[in-house]
Amino acid sequence: MVHTIRYKNSFPIEGGNFDEAGVVSLRVKSILKDMGFLGETQRRVAIVAYESELNIISYARSGHITLRISPQEIRIDAEDEGPGIDDIELAMKDGYSTATDRIREMGFGAGMGLSNIKRCSDTFEITSESNKGVHLRILIDAN
Amino acid sequence: MTLMTLVEQLNLTVRCCQENLGRSVTGGYIGDLLSDVIANSSRGNVWITRQSHSNIVAVAELKEHAGIILVLAREPEKETLEKAEKVGIPILSTPLHGFEVAGRVYELIRN
Repeated sequence: MVHTIRYKNSFPIEGGNFDEAGVVSLRVKSILKDMGFLGETQRRVAIVAYESELNIISYARSGHITLRISPQEIRIDAEDEGPGIDDIELAMKDGYSTATDRIREMGFGAGMGLSNIKRCSDTFEITSESNKGVHLRILIDAN
Repeated sequence: MTLMTLVEQLNLTVRCCQENLGRSVTGGYIGDLLSDVIANSSRGNVWITRQSHSNIVAVAELKEHAGIILVLAREPEKETLEKAEKVGIPILSTPLHGFEVAGRVYELIRN
């Protein structure tokens, strides 16, 4: 099905820069708000955007989040350049994490991010290539 | 109930954004894992945590929390206060631990 794209933009994210954590997800949330998406849709997109952003900051060298909004759905692509994920099935398990102690001390890296994203998505796909990066494709129905 | 009521009843120290203490509190959430707080807390909650680094501000802003209570006399980092000031999220602190704070906030909200 072809959807009319009402909005499309890509936001760069720098790996390791925790000072900027949340900037992109706050931006994404405010764009949704401006376009009239409220309540549950906005809540789910905010969670997906935040977790995707934090994954890039915590594990990758760099990446970007692309937001596409059509009347029917919101699409989020989170792509990074980094070590990638060797065992995706394991990474999807609640509580599994490869985060460093420093990241864990901050309350990140609890191994909940990918499952949070999946739970908030209507369609969720993850692909990864070792030493190249990760690509998350998320669709959320616009209610 | 407002944040001001919590400040008075629990004798909290106001670390920033005094001007926003009139915000109403719809409930509370307690957690130190940011993914947990992002997934499960709600708008208007007061967030009770021992995390004091600046990333808590973006979480509270994203979830539209009423404010943050730092427990166990955790000292907010300078950047935390600067960011909170910028977006108007009150940061309150107490020497009490999370269980006690949560219990008292819960009682106040219920009554």
